[in-house]
Amino acid sequence: MKLARTDLKAIAEKTIEYMHLRGLPEDHPEGPYKKAVIICRGTGCTSSQSDKIMERFQTLIAADKNESSIEVVRTGCFGLCEAGPVVIVHPGGTFYSHVKVDDADIIYREHLIGDQPVKKLIYPDAVLEDGILPYSEVPFTMNQKRVALRNCGHIDPERIEEYLAHGGYQALEKVLFDMTPEAVIAEVTASGLRGLGGGGFPTGRKWQFTAANPGPEKYVVCNADEGDPGAFMDRSILEGDPHTVIEAMIIAGYAIGAAQGFIYIRAEYPIAVQRLEIAIRQAEDAGLLGDRILGSDFSFRLELRLGAGAFVCGEETALIASIEGNRGMPRNKPPFPANSGLWGKPTLINNVETYANIPVILMNGAASFRQTGTEKSPGTKVFALGGKIKNVGLVEVPMGTTLRQVVYDIGGGIPNGKAFKAVQTGGPSGGCIGAEKLDTPIDFDSLKAIGSMMGSGGMIVMDEDNCMVDVARFYMDFITDESCGKCTPCREGTKRMLEILERICDGKGEKSDIDRLESLAVTAQQASLCALGQTAANPVLSTLKTFRDEYDAHINEKRCPAGVCTSLISFFITDACIGCTKCARNCPVSCIAGTVKERHVIDRDACIRCGICQDVCPVNAVIRK
Amino acid sequence: MIQLTIDQKTVRVPAGTNLIEAARAAGIEIPALCYDPGLEVVGACRLCLVEIDGFPKPVTACTTSAAEGMAVHTMTPAVRRLRREILQLLLDNHPNDCLTCQQAGECYLQRYAYEYGVTFRVHDGARRGSEHARFTDTSSPYILRDESKCILCGKCVRTCAALPERSVLSFAGRGFMTKIAADLDQTLEASTCVSCSRCVVACPVGALIDRRQREKRVRAFSAETTTVKCKQCDYGCEFEVLQANEARVVRPKAPSGGRPLCLTGRLRAEIEYAGDPKTPYLKRETDKGRKFERVTWSEALGLGQVLQRIQEEEE
Repeated sequence: MKLARTDLKAIAEKTIEYMHLRGLPEDHPEGPYKKAVIICRGTGCTSSQSDKIMERFQTLIAADKNESSIEVVRTGCFGLCEAGPVVIVHPGGTFYSHVKVDDADIIYREHLIGDQPVKKLIYPDAVLEDGILPYSEVPFTMNQKRVALRNCGHIDPERIEEYLAHGGYQALEKVLFDMTPEAVIAEVTASGLRGLGGGGFPTGRKWQFTAANPGPEKYVVCNADEGDPGAFMDRSILEGDPHTVIEAMIIAGYAIGAAQGFIYIRAEYPIAVQRLEIAIRQAEDAGLLGDRILGSDFSFRLELRLGAGAFVCGEETALIASIEGNRGMPRNKPPFPANSGLWGKPTLINNVETYANIPVILMNGAASFRQTGTEKSPGTKVFALGGKIKNVGLVEVPMGTTLRQVVYDIGGGIPNGKAFKAVQTGGPSGGCIGAEKLDTPIDFDSLKAIGSMMGSGGMIVMDEDNCMVDVARFYMDFITDESCGKCTPCREGTKRMLEILERICDGKGEKSDIDRLESLAVTAQQASLCALGQTAANPVLSTLKTFRDEYDAHINEKRCPAGVCTSLISFFITDACIGCTKCARNCPVSCIAGTVKERHVIDRDACIRCGICQDVCPVNAVIRK
Repeated sequence: MIQLTIDQKTVRVPAGTNLIEAARAAGIEIPALCYDPGLEVVGACRLCLVEIDGFPKPVTACTTSAAEGMAVHTMTPAVRRLRREILQLLLDNHPNDCLTCQQAGECYLQRYAYEYGVTFRVHDGARRGSEHARFTDTSSPYILRDESKCILCGKCVRTCAALPERSVLSFAGRGFMTKIAADLDQTLEASTCVSCSRCVVACPVGALIDRRQREKRVRAFSAETTTVKCKQCDYGCEFEVLQANEARVVRPKAPSGGRPLCLTGRLRAEIEYAGDPKTPYLKRETDKGRKFERVTWSEALGLGQVLQRIQEEEE
């Protein structure tokens, strides 16, 4: 059914009655359901069988004919992926972590029917001596501010009604009927929103440039080709709240005068693709996409384009080439896509997270948006927190929050009592930030000033067990694989930098290697065609700057201080050995000698440094050095 | 007209002129491997980097249009250093084969390496194709390919695509593994290649070689070269006649002004000008795919019946 302008609020009000238990919005205390089970169906939890958990709850509820009093809701990512599969029970917001399929029976019986929260299954940090913290009050959640992720974990991403109930498409309605395209662009410009895909270019200005080009044929493109190792911000937004991106793209089309949009998304994101397909179909059925949207004069169509996995297709000119059906290779800029993009027409390209902020800005106004964040980087930023950190997951914080706050207050610090060494931001284009810079506020300019960058939002924490030369090697390996091969400095230079790093990790590094690395890095920076090549050396340069001693140890002393580079470590059995023979029995190359109840010895020439002896030793007598 | 200075020389060029052409107008040559005035500009080799006052970092001259009042510097220490390193990266991935390379004397990589004093180095890093120069595709009687010498400037791909019905060559693979492929990575024989040799004349190095010239062992620097015009059709493509000692070979010349080049024209020029022309071959569709077959000259030039009639008439 095609909706009219007035239908939006009616549907929202009708739906909200069914959502009253979920905490938001707060002014609807009564409704048909007595309990609600919220199940994360993001990629992480789904891969840990949250789909089966959901089915189990549905089966149990159906068996007792409780469908009308207990609702089961599929949502997008809650954020704390480390605790997945995550199940939350309302009222109360009880936070169950690491739920297994069988746990569904216990939670159903004891909590949903018996009203007694199952303490042993609740997220440990939420259990206090005198009570249980709801999900919204555990430290991980408390210190965040969710704008782009506002609906993730609250609504069923496959039901447009729930998006409408949370104020969805109301910004679009306001824009179409009460604002001119100029006013929309002025509002976005005033908000100070910057491109959250990593570039940080002022979004409003991009819209202005594209709008300023004459001609009826223009395009709106959403860059959902997220590819940084360990990053899943855009994926989570699309999985948890696909309509917000669709709404923002329609608004962008209205603002710049485009009638066609494309979402370029990686084919490796099947759940996000599926939810977007559902969302687009729902929006089309509702008349929110297509001709004369909501009865206005504005028409807009939206299509998906699936990427084939090339990292460089996140670069906007390569992305355009890929949508056009050509090999995904960047081209020189200018001309910028705002002037000559898809099929040579003016094209607006924004990232998923940037679009996710647009409805909020237009609904609440630029001034309200600016209350969060810093003067030059207003708003929030979503990060995918990973690596050696307790709370692995998705976090959204106001710009200006320090790295320390993210790592310790939200991330919960480093597990297993290890020492923090560095945090990597900006993916393969970013850099490693050492402990002395932990109080740097997170915003576009501050991170750039310390040799890293915001990037799309990958944030990988490293501890004392990470070798920084190995980290640089890892990122260079990634870039060498992902270079498109078009320009010489990137195609040839990254390979040579990788070879040098491999040599250093292999204990064959020479003093001159550092100079050669730096020289190649400067050439890649100065001479490469696109940002991928220009930033390819950042992980090398930033680790060289902060962790030069580790490079020196590898090259001069043939030693890997973190004990990671296998060519440079050796295993050794100390006096603590009790002669249990476990190591000798498990050694795959039989290089450990010794008799029962006597200290064993490793033949270091034959040892392949697999570390199994260390893993199996019951008394920690095997050390690596 | 736009006025700018290049290396302190004032030059006036039409609007839209790129900096390589503007510099040329001022008598200054900027090195470039992937640039060809007749082809789409891609800015891939990065050798033509120049510095411009007010620009934060070097830009490629081929992709930058001249602008009023621009002050361009083509030979600063910074861009010379970058060019040297780019050339070194190319040489590090190129066989040391100039002594016997067919392209010697005409090779742009050789020329710039000489100008910038960059030399081959022994190293144990990875190389494209093989460590040594070796023809990797010898399936065509007209074109020899050597992947180990390819610098991936993409000129062959662009010149092949300039005639949409040809468009045989393209990039395949990614990053360091990038290579040029004919159709679905087939040999030139099995592909739809029409042996026009546009790619051969575009190649700045020895990756694509004119086989018939090579088999006569004639290199341009030791030959006397004259240009002849093809009479096969109205386009009038040009061919070069290379005379060295006793050998006289004909090879296609880089086409200009939208001229297409074709095999028939080449063979016609050969039979007219070459000394002791080599047997012609034509590609045929067979049960085993496309195959080159030896043909007679009258067949090659499509003159079978015509010649017979002429003979009959003149008898």
